[in-house]
Amino acid sequence: MESVDLIYRGIFILVIFGITLLIATYSTYFERKIAAFIQDRVGPNRAGPFGLLQPLADAGKLFFKEEFIPAKANKALFIIGPGIAMLVAGMSSAVIPFGDMLLVGGREIWLQAIEVNIGVLYVFGIVSLGVYGLMIGGWASNNKFSLLGAIRAASQNISYELAMGLSLIAVIMMTGSLSLREIAEQQQGFNWNIWYQPLGFILFLVCAFAETNRTPFDLPESEAELIGGYHTEYGSMKLGMYLFAEYINIFVVSAVMSTLYFGAYNFPFMENLRSAISDPVLANNVVTIVGVAVMFAKIFAFIFFFMWVRWTLPRFRYDQLMKLGWQILIPLAILNVVLTGGAILLKDYLF
Amino acid sequence: MEPLSNRSKKVQKREMTFAERAYLPAIAQGLGITLKHFFKKKATINYPEQTRERSDIWRGLHVLKRDENGAERCTACGLCAVACPAEAITMIAGERKAGEEHLYREEKYAVTYEVNMLRCIFCGLCEEACPKAAIFLQDDKLAPARYERDEFIYGKDRLVEPLKTTETK
Ligand code: SF4
Ligand code: SF4
Repeated sequence: MESVDLIYRGIFILVIFGITLLIATYSTYFERKIAAFIQDRVGPNRAGPFGLLQPLADAGKLFFKEEFIPAKANKALFIIGPGIAMLVAGMSSAVIPFGDMLLVGGREIWLQAIEVNIGVLYVFGIVSLGVYGLMIGGWASNNKFSLLGAIRAASQNISYELAMGLSLIAVIMMTGSLSLREIAEQQQGFNWNIWYQPLGFILFLVCAFAETNRTPFDLPESEAELIGGYHTEYGSMKLGMYLFAEYINIFVVSAVMSTLYFGAYNFPFMENLRSAISDPVLANNVVTIVGVAVMFAKIFAFIFFFMWVRWTLPRFRYDQLMKLGWQILIPLAILNVVLTGGAILLKDYLF
Repeated sequence: MEPLSNRSKKVQKREMTFAERAYLPAIAQGLGITLKHFFKKKATINYPEQTRERSDIWRGLHVLKRDENGAERCTACGLCAVACPAEAITMIAGERKAGEEHLYREEKYAVTYEVNMLRCIFCGLCEEACPKAAIFLQDDKLAPARYERDEFIYGKDRLVEPLKTTETK
């Protein structure tokens, strides 16, 4: 790889990291706003215009709070826990194709930090590591509520990863590739995977809620039963890291869902727009930039959906959660794989 | 088991239909309800900028009235303090000196007059008890939030109505 490429990659990774952090910060603001609107309130509106500086005020507050470590806690692990959660959350957006290719000065610039041919596996590998952050933190706090939260987080993530992986297999069978860029490319225009995989998408969505520990599956941190779950003993910025990691995970999962099922940066009448502009380089760049905007619109729509569901549904009971995961989602996911396989064979046979 | 009375009814637990068991239609319905609320008019009143509409007889912060010549009406009879169920009012009476007729209407007046707004329940009994029509609860002012308890004890400096605006409502 040329050094120019390396520099570009470095810049792009920094930009993506910055965007991720920014979105996670403002997710807290929008979460509060959306919660308030759904409950007929107005939400934070004192810090800055419309309360827009509220996340900064919150972050400032978290930074200035006392760094408290319980006496009987395992110090090293107690500190490492939120670190792992944050690190893992920050890593996973690396392979997501936020846009197609830009042509600048005859050079092709792909709007994706790293292209690996096992992108899907990479994301899921990394995301499933995230539960170590919760487990280690919960265990190291030496508090039974934290431990219960950690155990819940671990078993919930393992249970739902199965159904998630199975619903993903159907998509991979259709596209025949594990690379997120290729999956995105195959959904040209309006040819999105959601039209072929509606059941798979619903399964994936439910599992995504469970993986990110969002309501109705936020049992690891259910404040009614477990005080705060795995982060009961955490305060100041260490707590902030956990919350931050949760919002980053929501962002990443939204991006993955848009890529896998909603055509990533593809939008209807893309080719019409491309052919409407005579200069091919300009046409490509315009389409790509609109594509990036469309991608982020899809991501924000999903983030909104996550929050909307949170303020609509109550929490599951733990046995219901396990029953849903093992007895309903996994059989349905297997059924979906079989149906997809059958449909692919049928298509090969007929055409 | 023998029924104690023959009024008991046998209830039947209906089997859930497939749509109910699938849970997703119910979720969609719930999402619809919350979305409707999302766009509804908000119930919040942004307090310092907006205030709630009050009735004409709303009982707020006390005021000690002056008469048409600008003299204080209160004669420190103590009837308001006796009437007060919350014992929020204290006062010290004093005798009017010669030459103070423009300040105090009666020969006896309140040297200090304090209402503890933390004790007061804004019942308005002081207003009813006063024979001199000296104390009233205003309908447009209230005791704002403060940091110290001392600041809630309103003395004459904050209770007596300022000069000029002598017309009673
Ligand atoms: S309003 Fe009622 S409680 Fe308040 S000072 Fe008057 S009599 Fe006492
Ligand atoms: S306010 Fe009225 S009742 Fe109270 S001491 Fe003065 S004159 Fe008497």
